[in-house]
Amino acid sequence: MQLTIKYFGMLAETTKVSEEKLHTDTCTVAQLVEKLKQQYPKLNDTDFKIAIDQQLVGLNHNISTEAEVALLPPFAGG
Amino acid sequence: MEKKKPKNVFRQGAISSQFIGDSIAKHQTKTSIGAHNIFLGQVRADEIDGKTITAIDYTAYEEMANLKFHEIREATFEKYDLTCMHIYHSLGKVSAGEICLFVFVSSPRRKVVFEALEYVVEAIKADVPVFGKEIFEDQTHQWKQNS
Repeated sequence: MQLTIKYFGMLAETTKVSEEKLHTDTCTVAQLVEKLKQQYPKLNDTDFKIAIDQQLVGLNHNISTEAEVALLPPFAGG
Repeated sequence: MEKKKPKNVFRQGAISSQFIGDSIAKHQTKTSIGAHNIFLGQVRADEIDGKTITAIDYTAYEEMANLKFHEIREATFEKYDLTCMHIYHSLGKVSAGEICLFVFVSSPRRKVVFEALEYVVEAIKADVPVFGKEIFEDQTHQWKQNS
């Protein structure tokens, strides 16, 4: 399946990418994050949350269909 | 109670005092209102390690942020007896001293608006995916983080 991965704020700066496509088999959020950290080791330096199709999810969440996955650094609204 | 579809909360650049003034004026026809309460977030010229912040460049996961704003709005209407509520947040560059967040709640009675406004602002700070690049006078930057 194909995922759209979105990076925001300092994470977009770190990875130098704001959006990319990724092909993967069904996996958990934790497995996906591990994969992304291998690709962008600097992701290890920052705290971030994961949203799937605009909903925050935990590391155990299963990704089994095409989805938009967002890596969200600490919020700074207001 | 007022129910609406998610709308776009974001405005490009700073929120002007003209815009805020006009927004207040528009409520003169809503005569069941007895109390307004307004929160204005202003960009602070913090000094960090001898360097001063001159602006914040805001970005957001806009689709999710607008959904979150909508959820906050719905939850606030559930919780408090409000006549209306307006939220505007800046995107892009906002200089120190300029307004980046405008929250406006109105109710027949004053006690409600004090509580509701705090609830809305705290929820925005905690739950909405907005990101802020703090730009220093020498054009270096760091990333803002809500505490």
